[in-house]
Amino acid sequence: MQRFSFLALARNALTGHANWQEQWRSPEPKPAYDVVIVGGGGHGLATAYYLAREHGISNVAVLEKGWLGGGNTGRNTTVIRSNYLQDESAAIYEHALKLWEGLAEELNYNVMYSPRGVMMLAHSVTDIQIGKRHIHANRLNGIDNEWLTPAEAKAFCPPLNIGADMRYPVLGAALQRRGGTARHDAVAWGYARGADARGVDIIQNCEVTGIERDRSGAVAGVVTTRGAIRTKKVGVVAAGHTSVIMAMAGVRMPIESYPLQALVSEPVKPVLPCVVMSNTIHAYISQSDKGELVIGAGTDAYVSYSQTGGLHIVTHTLEAISELFPMFRRMKMLRNWGGIVDLTPDRSPIIGRTPVPGLYVNSGWGTGGFKATPGSGHVFAATIARGEPHPYAAPFALDRFRTGRLIDEAAAAAVAH
Amino acid sequence: MLLITCPYCGPRPENEFRNGGEAHIARPGRPSDLDDAAWADFLYNRTNPKGLHAERWRHTHGCARFFNCLRDTVSDKILVTYKMGESKPEVGPK
Repeated sequence: MQRFSFLALARNALTGHANWQEQWRSPEPKPAYDVVIVGGGGHGLATAYYLAREHGISNVAVLEKGWLGGGNTGRNTTVIRSNYLQDESAAIYEHALKLWEGLAEELNYNVMYSPRGVMMLAHSVTDIQIGKRHIHANRLNGIDNEWLTPAEAKAFCPPLNIGADMRYPVLGAALQRRGGTARHDAVAWGYARGADARGVDIIQNCEVTGIERDRSGAVAGVVTTRGAIRTKKVGVVAAGHTSVIMAMAGVRMPIESYPLQALVSEPVKPVLPCVVMSNTIHAYISQSDKGELVIGAGTDAYVSYSQTGGLHIVTHTLEAISELFPMFRRMKMLRNWGGIVDLTPDRSPIIGRTPVPGLYVNSGWGTGGFKATPGSGHVFAATIARGEPHPYAAPFALDRFRTGRLIDEAAAAAVAH
Repeated sequence: MLLITCPYCGPRPENEFRNGGEAHIARPGRPSDLDDAAWADFLYNRTNPKGLHAERWRHTHGCARFFNCLRDTVSDKILVTYKMGESKPEVGPK
């Protein structure tokens, strides 16, 4: 692997940047691997990376039906935070946040992690109570989160409208200063490059069409559009398509797939210094380093794999953004799109073993999976390598829907995150 | 926004409706006979198909009645809507 450094940059500048290596190979699939990861998004690539980096398992293939990071990894609004209510969630998201803090150095790849602060607005008495409850719960778990008055919120984010004449006035905000954003593509590319350098085969344009099982019922391999591959361990990290892949092994999942939309504006000078979220009026906004306002909207009302979504959902969000930030009212929007998110009944992920021996699943991250990417890959790799759930992953087992030990982040925040 | 044909009121815009999730999930007749896994399957597991999906809608801001619908989850095209209690219509290839 060609390492990136100031010196490497200077040296390549002298030759007109014509001699940079490809960042990962594009190998033909081998007939067999120790582990096959289905899904080449951030979570799948991170899983492969940590399998090789921490567990010495490098005979691994990552199969991606499209291109790397072309699914939800490239479609989300890149918000990173760890201020979740339940202890189990706080543990795994904080684990991820700690990995974010050292990720660029770890991968020798600039993932542009920017802890600029995530501010979650309150518009009602209930919102205030929920916000403060989160803050207290977070403090008990050693996670930073603090309460701001409307004036303090405006001081932290000057474009914010805190006028009393709004339909949903800002009554306060919870601020996680360590929260922020990162460059989504760079996360996929950085993990891909790191995994490839350790021997992982990254195979794009390779769709899994079947899961083969031996006489005992255990996983024996996968069938793909580029041939059959033998393996005893399959990790499904397919986000919105989890139900489709798992059905190939006869496993029904407590997951429904919905389109979640986002959009970006024309690029402008730096105007928005932090991430602002409002769960109540469904508005999520930050500004990318390129200058575009990155805006997240809500999910559609129905199960769909269309990767588009209804325009009225986006309109609703832009109305809220226009009221929160009157200065953005005349901004032109450049692009909007949808990603297919996998929602679970308790809005918490499903990580771990399945009823089929050798088949592992990491899914259900729903509307907020990007922030968990490093932590998710890290604990899933450990789970696959050992065949036992990582302690942070254990509470998120698929079996919790049978035992009733749900981790209810839906009720905790009243909406999707 | 979908244009949904309510079997009672005719075609109306999607925002008059609430989606009620997967259709034809029958509540177990003898709940005490079920083990935890069967309950979990009834409560939480969903088909979530990529393709033809039978789902419930409620015309909340209209007649307020529930009805069923067959929709393609890739194109979002609605193939047919039908009243509660009617069996799932057979539809030909798309």
